[in-house]
Amino acid sequence: MGNLRHIEGFGLDESSVLTDDFLRQLISVGEVDLLVGVPTHNSAKTVGETLQGIRVGLLKYFPRERAVILNPDGGSKDSTREVVAAASINDLQRSSDMYALRTLPCISTVYGGSPATEVALRTVLAAAELLRAKACAIVSPEATNITPDWIERLLRPVYRDNFDLVTPVYRRHKFDGLLLRNLIYPMTRALYGKRVREPYAVEFAFSERFGSHLSEMQVWDHAAGGVGTEMRMTIAAMAGGFRLYQTFLGTKPHLDRSSADLVAAMRQTVGTLFWSLEPNLQYWSINRETESVPTCGAEHDLTTEPVRVNRKRLYQQFGSGVGELEPVLRSILSAPTLAEVQGIAKVAEDDFRYPHELWVKTAYEFASSYHKSVINRDHIIQALAPLYRGKVYTFLLENRDASGEEVEANVEALCLTFERLKPYLLDRWNARE
Amino acid sequence: MWEMIIGELDHAMQELARGFAHLLPRLLAMLIIALLGWMIAYVLKVMLRGILRIVKFDKLSDNAGTTQMLNKLALPSSSELLSRVVFWVVWLGFILLGVQMLGIVGLQEYISRFFLYLPRLFVALFIVFFGLVAASFFSRAALLAAVNADSPSPWLLATSIRTIIVLFAVTMAFEQLGLAERTIVVAFAIAFGALMLGLAIAFGIGGRDLAKQFLERRFLKDKQEPKQDELSPL
Repeated sequence: MGNLRHIEGFGLDESSVLTDDFLRQLISVGEVDLLVGVPTHNSAKTVGETLQGIRVGLLKYFPRERAVILNPDGGSKDSTREVVAAASINDLQRSSDMYALRTLPCISTVYGGSPATEVALRTVLAAAELLRAKACAIVSPEATNITPDWIERLLRPVYRDNFDLVTPVYRRHKFDGLLLRNLIYPMTRALYGKRVREPYAVEFAFSERFGSHLSEMQVWDHAAGGVGTEMRMTIAAMAGGFRLYQTFLGTKPHLDRSSADLVAAMRQTVGTLFWSLEPNLQYWSINRETESVPTCGAEHDLTTEPVRVNRKRLYQQFGSGVGELEPVLRSILSAPTLAEVQGIAKVAEDDFRYPHELWVKTAYEFASSYHKSVINRDHIIQALAPLYRGKVYTFLLENRDASGEEVEANVEALCLTFERLKPYLLDRWNARE
Repeated sequence: MWEMIIGELDHAMQELARGFAHLLPRLLAMLIIALLGWMIAYVLKVMLRGILRIVKFDKLSDNAGTTQMLNKLALPSSSELLSRVVFWVVWLGFILLGVQMLGIVGLQEYISRFFLYLPRLFVALFIVFFGLVAASFFSRAALLAAVNADSPSPWLLATSIRTIIVLFAVTMAFEQLGLAERTIVVAFAIAFGALMLGLAIAFGIGGRDLAKQFLERRFLKDKQEPKQDELSPL
C-alpha cells in the first residue's frame, strides 16, 4: 500500500510535485507493478485515443499485473482532465472486447507553473517511487497511432527482461528527423559509445532502478531552463552504464506544429547534448568502441515517398546566415573552420556541399565554445541553426533519389567521421583559447 | 636707519622661518599621505586586476564589444584600464587630501567638490559599461532571431537596437555626471523621436505588404494552404 516512509530520502522536491490531493489519490491506488505516464497540456483532441490504446495494451499483455495510468497535466484549459478521468476502469468491466481482471485507475494531477516536460517527468518519477512501480512507460498524448503492442514493446523489456531504459525506433520518411540523423545520433554515438537511434525519445520506458538513479542524481539542475529532459535521461542511462534496449514502434506521428520549429528543437536536443558533456567528461573523454543496443524489430525503417521540400530556401538561409552572423561565428569557430564555411557559402547552389568532416568540426567547435561560454550559451545554439540548414541542404541533395539503405549508409559514414574526429573535440575542449 | 632695515629684514626672516617651520610638517604630512596613497592605490590596482582576471572581466568586455572599441583607440584591455582608473582616482584622492592639509584657503571647497563628484563618476562609468554589455547582448539576440526567422535586414535591426541602447546609456551617464543635462536630454529625445518616427513611416509605407503578410500569418493561420511539406528536425 501507499507507504510514505521511503519518500523521505527522495532526492526531488516532493512538495512541489506531490500535492496533498495527488498523494491521496496515489495512496488509494496502492503499490503497483506498472505505471504508464501520459503528460498532457491541452491534449483533449488526442489523449482519449491514446489512453484507449494504453488501456487495451495493459489489459491484453499485462492482465494480472497491478497497473496505473498517471496523467501529469500542465494546466490544460480544455477538457483533457475529464477525458483522462473517464478512462478509469473502476470495476470489472468490459473494455474493447476484453475483460479486466483488475481495476485500472487513471489519475490526473495538475502541476503548478507553465507546462514543462521536466516537471511532468519529475511527477511521474515521484509517483513511481512512491507506488514502487517496477516498470514505467511514458507515452505522448499525441501518439494517436498507438497500438496495444506499444505497451508490450515498451514495458516487457523492463518488466520481464531487466532492461533499464527502452527507447523507441520509428518508421520515418528519409527526410524526417534530420537533426537527429545529422547531429544528435552521430554525436551521441561517437561520444557515449552506444548506438541509440532516438536519444530524444518522446515514448520510452524505464526500470525502478533507473528511476531511483534519476531521482538521486541532480539531472534536473540544468542551466538550459529545464528543456530536453528526455535527452538527459537517455544520456544519464548511457553514461551510468544502465542496460539499454530499443523497440520498434511504427510510424512517428507529427501532430505538433512546434516540432518543426528548428531553434526550439535545437535547444531541446543540441543544447542538452552540449550541456551534458561537462558533467560526463570523464566518461566520454575515454576512447571506446561504439556498441550496438539490443533491438526488438527493425533498427531503422525509412520510407521514400516523394515530398516537396524548398531546398533553394535552405541554401539561401545558409548563405545569408553565414554572411550576417560573421561576427558571432568568429567568436565560436576557429579561423580555418570559419574560412572553410565562408568558402562553401560562396559556391553555387548546384555545386554546394557541406562535407562530413567540415560539419563534424563545426559541431565539435560549437560544443567546445559552449563549454567555454565564449558568448551566451543560448546564442551559440541559435547560431548553429543556419549552418545546420546548409548541412540539411547537402543531405537533401545527396539523397534525392537514394533508397532507404543508401540514406542509412550516408548516415553511417557521418557517424564514423564523428567517431574518427573525437580527438579533435578533446583538443578543442582542452585548448586554452 | 640701517638698524631699522636690518631689524625689518631680521623680522621678515624670522617670519619666513616661522612660516616655513609651520609649513614644513604639513608639507611632510602631505608627502607622507601622497606616498601612502600611492602604495594603497597600487595595492588596490593589483588586487582589482587580479579579481577582474578571476571573474573573466575581459571576456565579458569582449562580449560587450568594449575590447574592440578600446583596441581601436589604442587603449589597454578593459581590466587593465579599469585598474589604472581606480589607481589614479585613489591616488589623486590622497594627493588632494594631502593638499588639504596645507590649509590653502579656497582650495578646500574644490577638494570637497571633487570627493562629492567621485561617486557620480563611478556610477556613470558603471552605466556606460553595462549599457554596452546590454547593447551587445540584445543586438546579438535580435540578429540571431532575425536570421533564424529569415527576416529581411537582420543586421540593420541589430545595429538599430545597439545604437538605441548605447545612446540611452550615454544619455543616462551624462545626466549622472551633470554635464549639459538639458542639452543631452533634449538631443536624446529628438534623436529617439526622429528614429521612431522614421521607423514608423518606413514600416508604414515601405512595409505595408510585409505587415499584411505578417498579420495574415499571425491571425489567419488555418486559411493558408501549406506550400511545402515542412521537415520536422526531430
